[in-house]
Amino acid sequence: MKTEKKNQPGETFTRREFLKTAAIASTAAVLAGCGSMMPKEEFLQKHFKTLTKPELDEVIQRLEAGYAKKFGKKFTVSAAEPIAGTEFAYALDISRCIGCRRCVYGCVEENNQSRDPQVHWIQVLEMEEDKGVDFMHSNLYYNHEEAPADERFYLPVACQQCKNPPCVKTCPVKATWQEPDGIVVVDYNWCIGCRCCMAACPYGARHFNWGEPKIPAESINSNTHYLGNRPRCKSVVEKCTFCIQRVREGRYPKCVEVCPVGARKFGNLLDPDSEIRYILRNKRVLVLKEDLNTQPKFFYFFAT
Amino acid sequence: MKILRFIKECFKIVIRGNKWYYLWIAFLLGLMAWGGLAYWQQLKQGLIVTNMRDPVSWAFYIGNFTFLVGVAAAAIMLVIPAYIYNWKPIKEVVLFGELLAVSAVIMCMLFVLVDVGNPLRLWHMLPLLGRLNFPSSLLAWDFFVLGIYFILNISIVLYLLYTLFWKKETSKKILLPLILLSIPMAISIHSVTAFLYNGLAARPYWNTALLAPKFLASAFCSGPAVLLILFQVLKKATRFEIKDEAIWKIAELMAYAMFLNLFFFFSEVFKEVYSDTQHIVHFRYLFQGIGENRDIVFYGWLSVIISVIAFLLFLIPATRKNVITLNIGAILIYFGVFIEKGIALLTPGFTPDVLGQVYIYRPSMTEVRVAAAIFSTGFLIFTLLTKVAVAIIFEGFNIDSLKKGGYEHEKNIIGSQ
Repeated sequence: MKTEKKNQPGETFTRREFLKTAAIASTAAVLAGCGSMMPKEEFLQKHFKTLTKPELDEVIQRLEAGYAKKFGKKFTVSAAEPIAGTEFAYALDISRCIGCRRCVYGCVEENNQSRDPQVHWIQVLEMEEDKGVDFMHSNLYYNHEEAPADERFYLPVACQQCKNPPCVKTCPVKATWQEPDGIVVVDYNWCIGCRCCMAACPYGARHFNWGEPKIPAESINSNTHYLGNRPRCKSVVEKCTFCIQRVREGRYPKCVEVCPVGARKFGNLLDPDSEIRYILRNKRVLVLKEDLNTQPKFFYFFAT
Repeated sequence: MKILRFIKECFKIVIRGNKWYYLWIAFLLGLMAWGGLAYWQQLKQGLIVTNMRDPVSWAFYIGNFTFLVGVAAAAIMLVIPAYIYNWKPIKEVVLFGELLAVSAVIMCMLFVLVDVGNPLRLWHMLPLLGRLNFPSSLLAWDFFVLGIYFILNISIVLYLLYTLFWKKETSKKILLPLILLSIPMAISIHSVTAFLYNGLAARPYWNTALLAPKFLASAFCSGPAVLLILFQVLKKATRFEIKDEAIWKIAELMAYAMFLNLFFFFSEVFKEVYSDTQHIVHFRYLFQGIGENRDIVFYGWLSVIISVIAFLLFLIPATRKNVITLNIGAILIYFGVFIEKGIALLTPGFTPDVLGQVYIYRPSMTEVRVAAAIFSTGFLIFTLLTKVAVAIIFEGFNIDSLKKGGYEHEKNIIGSQ
């Protein structure tokens, strides 16, 4: 009884103290959008690249505990570093893609994209055969009973993992950068949500959490990477990371695995014997918006 | 403490006024509260309460920001002709230009603040504490130059008012370098803001070398438009003695600036129409609409038409020297540039988006309310600063008059504006 009484504002709190506490509490309520993490620790958290090993461990522990509490499931948040001697690249066979969007939804589940509002890292564009690759005549919102439709072909677009990424250049706080293995990543705890990178991206690859992301607890993927698919909070930008949580463990990205026609290829650009290098050597390859000098590491090709 | 005394006396000035003054202040405070609540909702729910989405990821807030950077910049650029043509009340012209600049820069910063998704993380931009991406990021540059510009102008304003209040000599050694520095700073805040868009190769609508020159030209119209009206009001209401010739000269200079602005605009239209590349689609969206989506077409044409009318009004000496047509022209220019920057710059740059998809953006009620709150904040600051400045400069409010048994509170017409 006594301890309870102590916390009543009228008793021992002065008016000023009460107002101060109320202000902090309401600020905290806004801050606490990111699950059940401690607002103060989150607020003061340093940039990923400036965290020391013990600090990083502490942050990861805090994140894992927060996610576990929010989703009722044990979480792992890895900070696995790049594998030496790798530079990842992607190739997509336009002549095979049937526009089924399995990659889109495979990606959503693997990478914990918000279901409401919907966030899709992969955008499949339906194009007209007689017009070729022409964005102005493409349709992102095609909705047939069955794909592929007659006289149409499909061009899935996600982050092109540019060698010369315009998004990284524009970020005012270095919240996004290119890793040594070529993957462009975002520190979700550092992004201020100014959306400069979205204006700079020529591929519409960057997505903003306009509202609080919602993911049903039963469909959450709890095997995550700090720079990749860990659950995000509202007001931060996210994007394709080539499934950093998988590829740094030597696995394929989810979209490569789920593609029913084998249109998606992935590998190490530095390995002359890789499938990627074989495609670059032997197939008709194109990159999107070549004249912008973004130097994508996402190649489109025609195998047949 | 002299400073505390100064603040105290200024505070007394600000809280006194006639019925219209109080009504005006109440109106502004009301709008601020109305918009402030909308912002609180936005903080809680995220930017989803706006109508911005991935395809149109900057819109009304950033458009207003861009417009106000122009107002802030041009208010100071008026200092150049004031010196060149040796307008008589040069100190007053400078001071009111600075007041407008200060208020506009505050509004600019507020518009960036409300557009940022995580305002509490803005400390990430602070040097040493955060990781400012300087010199690579243009927003980092903008943060930098806007900050300096604000500090510079507020210092000049407060220094001038403070010394006048204490009846001290203003030191030319301090003041002149600051004023001279504020001129290139004015040009740089607007250029840097233009470069923020200009540098994005992904957005061909902005990726034109004419953008920064166009920004400066249009700013030289909108900023002086506000001052033009203010000077006339001050002339009527106070002992502010600006010659009619000076006012006509400002209007004439605005006509030249508007000519450049229109010339740049037609150059761009020519380039797009004649070369007829895919990039013309953004102009087409603005002036013809795409398919059924013709919302913005009205504003696209409105901005051009009223800019041309204002240009003609200011070009022809007879209409420039007529009080009525002069003020119509000033209002038209102000709104012409507002539409050009606030509506016709941002949305068409994003529509269609980089993958050719069309998302039709209209500001949500939240965006309108928050913008109203920010404009009211700016007007409130401008009103209060102007009231103090008018009292000090024209109504003999200073330490001497206070000692002599109190400052006579004369008719205070400025408060009712």
